[in-house]
Amino acid sequence: MTVKEIFETMDYGPAPESAGEAMAWLDGTGRAFGSFIDGKLGAVGETFEAKNPATGEVLAQLTQATPDDVDAAIMAARRAFGAWSKRPGHERAKYLYALARLVQKHARLFAVLETLDNGKPIRESRDIDIPLVARHFYYHAGMAQLMGSELPDREALGVCGQIIPWNFPLLMLAWKVAPAIAMGNTVVLKPAEYTSLTALLFAQVCQEAGLPKGVLNIVTGDGRVGEAICTHEDVDKIAFTGSTEVGRIIRRATAGSGKALTLELGGKSPYIVFDDADLDSAVEGLVDAIWFNQGQVCCAGSRLLVQEGVADRFHAKLRARMEGLRVGNPLDKVIDVGALVDPVQLQTVTSLVDSAAGEGEVFRAPCDLPENGCFYPPTLITGLSQSSTLMQEEIFGPVLVSTTFRTPAEAVAMANNTRYGLAASVWSENVNLALDVAPKLVAGVVWVNGTNMFDAAAGFGGVRESGFGREGGWEGLQAYTRPRAKPVALKSVAPVAAPKDAKVDALDRTAKFFVGGKQTRPDGGYSQPVWSPRGALLGHVGIANRKDIRNAVEAAHAAKGWSGTTAHLRAQILYYIAENLSARAGEFAHRINRMTGKRNGAREVEAAVSRLFSYGAWADKFDGAAKPVPLRGVALAMNEPVGVIGAFCPDDQPLLGLVSLVAPAIAMGNRVVAVASEPYPLAATDFYQVLETSDVPGGVVNILTGAHAELAGTLAGHLDVDAVWSHSGADISALIEDASAGNIKRTWVNNAKGRDWYGTAGEGREFLSQATEVKTVWVPYGE
Amino acid sequence: MQTDTEPTAVQATGATGAAQLPQVTEARNPGMVLDMDWVRAVQANTSAIERRCKTLPGRRSVKKSHQAAWLLKAITCIDLTTLSGDDTAGRVRRLCAKAAHPVRPDILQTLGVEGITTGAVCVYHDMIEPAVEALDGTGIPVAAVSTGFPAGLSPFHLRLEEIRESVKAGAHEIDIVISRRHVLTGDWHALYDEMKAFRAACGEAHVKAILATGELGSLRNVARASLVCMMAGADFIKTSTGKESVNATLPVSLTMIRAIRDYHARTGYRVGYKPAGGISKAKDAITYLALMKDELGDRWLQPDLFRFGASSLLGDIERQLEHHVTGQYSASYRHPMG
Repeated sequence: MTVKEIFETMDYGPAPESAGEAMAWLDGTGRAFGSFIDGKLGAVGETFEAKNPATGEVLAQLTQATPDDVDAAIMAARRAFGAWSKRPGHERAKYLYALARLVQKHARLFAVLETLDNGKPIRESRDIDIPLVARHFYYHAGMAQLMGSELPDREALGVCGQIIPWNFPLLMLAWKVAPAIAMGNTVVLKPAEYTSLTALLFAQVCQEAGLPKGVLNIVTGDGRVGEAICTHEDVDKIAFTGSTEVGRIIRRATAGSGKALTLELGGKSPYIVFDDADLDSAVEGLVDAIWFNQGQVCCAGSRLLVQEGVADRFHAKLRARMEGLRVGNPLDKVIDVGALVDPVQLQTVTSLVDSAAGEGEVFRAPCDLPENGCFYPPTLITGLSQSSTLMQEEIFGPVLVSTTFRTPAEAVAMANNTRYGLAASVWSENVNLALDVAPKLVAGVVWVNGTNMFDAAAGFGGVRESGFGREGGWEGLQAYTRPRAKPVALKSVAPVAAPKDAKVDALDRTAKFFVGGKQTRPDGGYSQPVWSPRGALLGHVGIANRKDIRNAVEAAHAAKGWSGTTAHLRAQILYYIAENLSARAGEFAHRINRMTGKRNGAREVEAAVSRLFSYGAWADKFDGAAKPVPLRGVALAMNEPVGVIGAFCPDDQPLLGLVSLVAPAIAMGNRVVAVASEPYPLAATDFYQVLETSDVPGGVVNILTGAHAELAGTLAGHLDVDAVWSHSGADISALIEDASAGNIKRTWVNNAKGRDWYGTAGEGREFLSQATEVKTVWVPYGE
Repeated sequence: MQTDTEPTAVQATGATGAAQLPQVTEARNPGMVLDMDWVRAVQANTSAIERRCKTLPGRRSVKKSHQAAWLLKAITCIDLTTLSGDDTAGRVRRLCAKAAHPVRPDILQTLGVEGITTGAVCVYHDMIEPAVEALDGTGIPVAAVSTGFPAGLSPFHLRLEEIRESVKAGAHEIDIVISRRHVLTGDWHALYDEMKAFRAACGEAHVKAILATGELGSLRNVARASLVCMMAGADFIKTSTGKESVNATLPVSLTMIRAIRDYHARTGYRVGYKPAGGISKAKDAITYLALMKDELGDRWLQPDLFRFGASSLLGDIERQLEHHVTGQYSASYRHPMG
């Protein structure tokens, strides 16, 4: 076109970024890669192709790592672990700092290579992905520096297996690797098979930084490689980002292995627009929400909820905006939407949308799509209802679905009507409305008048089937450290067997369950006797079954008002429980002594009273934080209750163990279904009388008795329970972790390790962290 | 004379001054009754608007021939301006000569484009006559700042009279300043009445409403003032006098052009936009054009609906054009001064 013609049309024209340097780098490597193990790029084995999804061009051959490769990588990481974790934090900080600097120095090469390999627009890899990668390494260099002084009670986990997705290849590497190695762990990382190239360039950067060999190992390949990592005996932790489906498989595969696990999974994040929002800005926000990275973003604002009165106007504005979106060559700097990552993904998106044909009104941006390559037009589907498949299923493509709501309460209800809970956006100019709605949304991240904001200082992660664990911030370090306290041997105690000569008290005492604030009889109608070691019949307790679990969980849900009470009120009630327990100290001590046949009762009661005081104290002191994110605004880290927690109590300290689990849970606003010590259940059933007199609302604490092994599967499998803890003497850790995969609930199990319930390991921040989810609420501001 | 009434068929090159006025190619915005429900419902989220503006230069750029064409377009949208106490007839004549020949002929020839002029020349009242004389036959309209520019605090009847005098003196375009106090006190009725009176005083001359956005306190105020001025019949809304401490910015521009978009969507009338002050680089001009293109559409990329109020922008564009033609970075002394 001549200048004169362009002067008339005022078209943008092409503005391509050169691929020359990246191609030269690939040429320099021979375009064939082995895995990066023990500081060296290994030999090329059986290969598969790395392709440019925008053109189909083959970029390089990658090696499908063998089980032996995985083994070698894990062994290299294990060998490196000791020295790396023992280095002073400052030493590790220097390496992380060097990595950050090197990423910056090679920023454009990384960006172009990422775009070639992934198909995302160069603007995004250049302006978002790669700068965030550098930011994560800088931030965590600081964490390495401060670990010694700020986290004196925590230590590295060991060898971390990390499996990352293809949507933000290098950024996800950074999110995983930076905190892990900052805390002294060593890593075996598997990039996604579609997008391994920037990880392999990063391997070269590690060599340039002089990172000790074995600290980071990278094995390439498909799901079999991931499986080999997940099931390897010598891995201490698995961190996975990817689909909920695969997350569930990993949860089951690692159940009972003792491996720590964090999962960052799928989402169907609501994007709520109230009628008082700046509609134009909310429309523009959607461009960054659902058309960012072709919608292949786990936290994409993919589910639009618009207040009914402005819906037509909003949709009209949105369609007009979509008409201006430019789809095409990802290396073009004037492209808004690039290529989907692979023909398989294109097919998935296409068939998902096509399968729902007839539902809703489909609008596709009228843009010119390149003839070849994995391109899909930005799409809006309006007029859907909650029950539409497309409103529920994650599409993971540039497809926005929309429906309307009438009131804030209805918006919250619809937003939360999903199995996922990763992120949410709220658009309103009314600060009261926005700040009221944000805490009510079931999500790990909430953006007020914004979307897709990320920073190393702010936690990111989900709830429900979006996974568990946080990445970023201090809270993210929980995923790569553990308490320094040495675990002690688990004391498993068998119930006292029936004596030959039974001594029976004159007055029969019937211990019941405590459900919904009422004493209830077992659904099954079965009870069992509790004997003292000296042969006295101490009473009978009910044997809980599935339906008792169901009833208790329902009662716990009915008590949801507890989560909305003030921390001050919860503190008062915890102190009141302590007061009432203290008043009956002698009776409880006697009961414990009779059940256990020991003389520790008084000490245990005293410790339980103290523990209640501790959590009364903590209730209003487990503060959130305001994160210094690079934004005019605040990112608030709010500690929210997990929800309904199932807890299997320790065998040996029947009262202290119960209180040690229930008190932190309710202090943070959770409701609990506690299963009492199996051999010594009567302390728990006596305890409900204390609860009854202490103003604890019905349903906040529910107490069952019965066989842990019988109940663990039901409680951990219950889809309306948010977390299950086990400090049981019974061997139920594997069972719980396996059953928890159903709704990806959080688990905290003892893996057959005990703890000193009297000591510092028996209370404090570890318990409070387990009892809370960190929700990050981003509130940009400015007038 | 431009006679084609098809709104999209604006003659872009060799246009007469009248072709650069909206009332020739577009039905002129007649205004409407003041709709306070609409005004009060207007929202502008500053933080989100800033984010959009911050990422825009990274999302939109033009290269090579496209860049040259866009820069030529920018020239045709410039209100070449002198608003100084020491302006003289001679100084204004020089400026007018530059407006008629903004780019060295050899550069234009190489680019294959002819007849490029700036959108208008913008002066104070007393300089209208020399400007009109100097521009006679070029087709370039004269714009005059008015109504007690820049503060707008002279007696109201004198401000109206100033408009009438300027129109009589031959100004095709009148750049009025609004009373900022009406915005700051939320007296939208007063703003509406004032604007309506200014518009009436302009008669056939087209009126640009200068909001002095740097003094309005918030983007929400900018959005509301934009809307009220359009309801009162403004042909253009303009950011600044160039005399405020903060003049045209991208966030202010985005806020104003979204108001223009809403006004068009509801009334069908296209109102023009003029950022003024602080735009001095060719790269900035391209970003502004991209903002107009993406938010309002191609129709707003013509001088009848878009102007830059600028004095030094042209110089930078000239150097960029020479760079495009020769491949070598240029020097300002190689281009005739205005």
